[in-house]
Amino acid sequence: MPDGSAPVLDVRDLKTVFRTRAGDIHAVNAVSFDLRPGELLGVVGESGSGKSVTMMSLIGLLPTPPADVCDGTAMLAGQDLLRMGPEALRAVRGRDIGFVFQDPMTSLNPVFTVGFQIMEPLRRHMGMDKAQARRRAAELLALVGIPDPERRLKDFPHQFSGGMRQRVMIAIALACDPKVLIADEPTTALDVTIQAQILELVKELRARLGMAIIWITHDLGVIAGIADRVMVMYGGQVVEHGRVRDVFADPAHPYTRALLQTVPKLREPREAQLRVIEGQPPLLGAHPAACPFRARCGQAFDRCARENPARRPVGAQGHDVACHWDHRSGAPA
Amino acid sequence: MLNYTLRRLAFAVPTVLVISLIVFLMLDMAPGDPTASLPLTIPPEVREQMRLALGLGDPVLVRYVKWLHMMVVVEPSHMIANATGWNIGVEGPRILSWQTRSPVGDIIVQRMPQTLWVVGLGYLFGILIAVPIGVISAYRQYSWFDQAGTFVSMVGFSVPTFFTGVVFILIFSVWLGWFPSMYDTTHQVRDWDSFVFQVRQIAMPVAVLALFNASQISRFMRASMLDNLNQDYVRTARAKGLREKTVVLVHVLRNSMIPVVTVIAIGIPTVFTGAIITEQIFRVNGLGDALIRAIYVSDWPMVQTITFIFAILIVLFNLIADVLYGILDPRIRYD
Repeated sequence: MPDGSAPVLDVRDLKTVFRTRAGDIHAVNAVSFDLRPGELLGVVGESGSGKSVTMMSLIGLLPTPPADVCDGTAMLAGQDLLRMGPEALRAVRGRDIGFVFQDPMTSLNPVFTVGFQIMEPLRRHMGMDKAQARRRAAELLALVGIPDPERRLKDFPHQFSGGMRQRVMIAIALACDPKVLIADEPTTALDVTIQAQILELVKELRARLGMAIIWITHDLGVIAGIADRVMVMYGGQVVEHGRVRDVFADPAHPYTRALLQTVPKLREPREAQLRVIEGQPPLLGAHPAACPFRARCGQAFDRCARENPARRPVGAQGHDVACHWDHRSGAPA
Repeated sequence: MLNYTLRRLAFAVPTVLVISLIVFLMLDMAPGDPTASLPLTIPPEVREQMRLALGLGDPVLVRYVKWLHMMVVVEPSHMIANATGWNIGVEGPRILSWQTRSPVGDIIVQRMPQTLWVVGLGYLFGILIAVPIGVISAYRQYSWFDQAGTFVSMVGFSVPTFFTGVVFILIFSVWLGWFPSMYDTTHQVRDWDSFVFQVRQIAMPVAVLALFNASQISRFMRASMLDNLNQDYVRTARAKGLREKTVVLVHVLRNSMIPVVTVIAIGIPTVFTGAIITEQIFRVNGLGDALIRAIYVSDWPMVQTITFIFAILIVLFNLIADVLYGILDPRIRYD
């Protein structure tokens, strides 16, 4: 996959805090990543690890207050998304960055036709008139594999199945030829065969249109199947990041290792019980001055409670981990 | 949809018939006598003859069928004849008020305009005030505007109109002298000055009703907006880069209006009955006033007819609400 070219999206030290009455919640803490043209970056992590909040912070989709995107930069085509005014950011949303959400059953407005909803961003961002937008909307429906697109434009969301609705969502996200497509668990709410269809569709669209994709999921199998690089998040931080084959073959962070072990093996003898990661995800109330994973980590030692580990390179190029423990030597790094 | 509407209309006929029978029988069983308000010096035989002359000698079912015939055949044909001049050729005695000996239908026609003006404007202004307040309250939840709006609507909703009406009269008629406390039905609008007088005399009853209706509807509107503002499709609309105005006033409002429109439609007939009290306070001699007076003197034909009209309105507007629901929400299918 493309490598070495300038990133389309470059996020540095992103910090998002939810200011609540019960105190601050550090939901995203110094997250950095980049995205190169045409690349598919997988983001994995359990619920509450900050995957979605990170992406929503970038384009101002979080309600403020309580959310406060208080630090960092996010460069998209030479502009910092985090320093933009709401009006400028609105022009970026839907035009440069497309979004696909988790639940296609509720993500479409039930009282407007699918055609109207696809045409909205076209008319808003591309300055198309009704007829042009309608033609383009029909093309988009055909592109995402919905048969008889002209007629289906007049249908309402409830007349589509779940998988078809997710195709419509993808059509909306792709309407204005975005540079970046952010897919927030787009297959989680779908059954497995439909998941596979949507994955195939996205692979095909990426090959054809060449946009960069951020794919948020907690399904490691999906990441293995389609991503170029993977970013593992835990407690609002990036704990490990690298090319998919490097991370899967040689996981450096205890959390990633544990996560990979929870996947049941098909070809090995069945274990009596499925493996789990013991303990609870951290509460993000306290200031992140310690490793968020230490309470559940088998390798934790005193330094982990004193100092939040920074990301350091390991092994293959582009592979890094935020851990005080060195998985190769089995000793503190 | 048309099929459904026709089917519902057909079902409405037996419903209304049963209601009319119940109304008729209940009034028949009610204590009180149309001759009770006459002087006690009238001898019992004369009293009995008066009762027979009113038609009270017949068995109750015979009287019901006669009344029903007059109600659904004779009166409508008179209405049509009066309105258009066409004579359908249905002749027969009309429903007469025991109290005034004049046809009930004519009294209702005389009373209708002032009720429609006062109550109708009260409802209309109530809606016009309530919708924006509900929308802004929900969008700026817990802001000072929302707090104030919620407080006022709670007060407006829990304080009955007979209280707000009297308070209004005290403040604006007695102390400030801005508006007359009584509504003069005989007043006619001929020029600018008489129009201003009409506005002044209608202002207070309309304001009282508008306040009450707005309190109720704005609460519905606010709750419905709040339900929808957190929906996933709102996030989708924002992710498409739509203007906030479009997101709220097109996407959210369109969904939020579905239950509110239904509530508004169902509320229209209850406003007629609810206005009875307001009409009393401001001396508006409308339908509600006619009903109350008829009840005082046991004028059963009048009470039966007005109650029956209310029943028809309630059944009709329930049907209208259901049809509107089907029009506004594409997910509803009636066939």
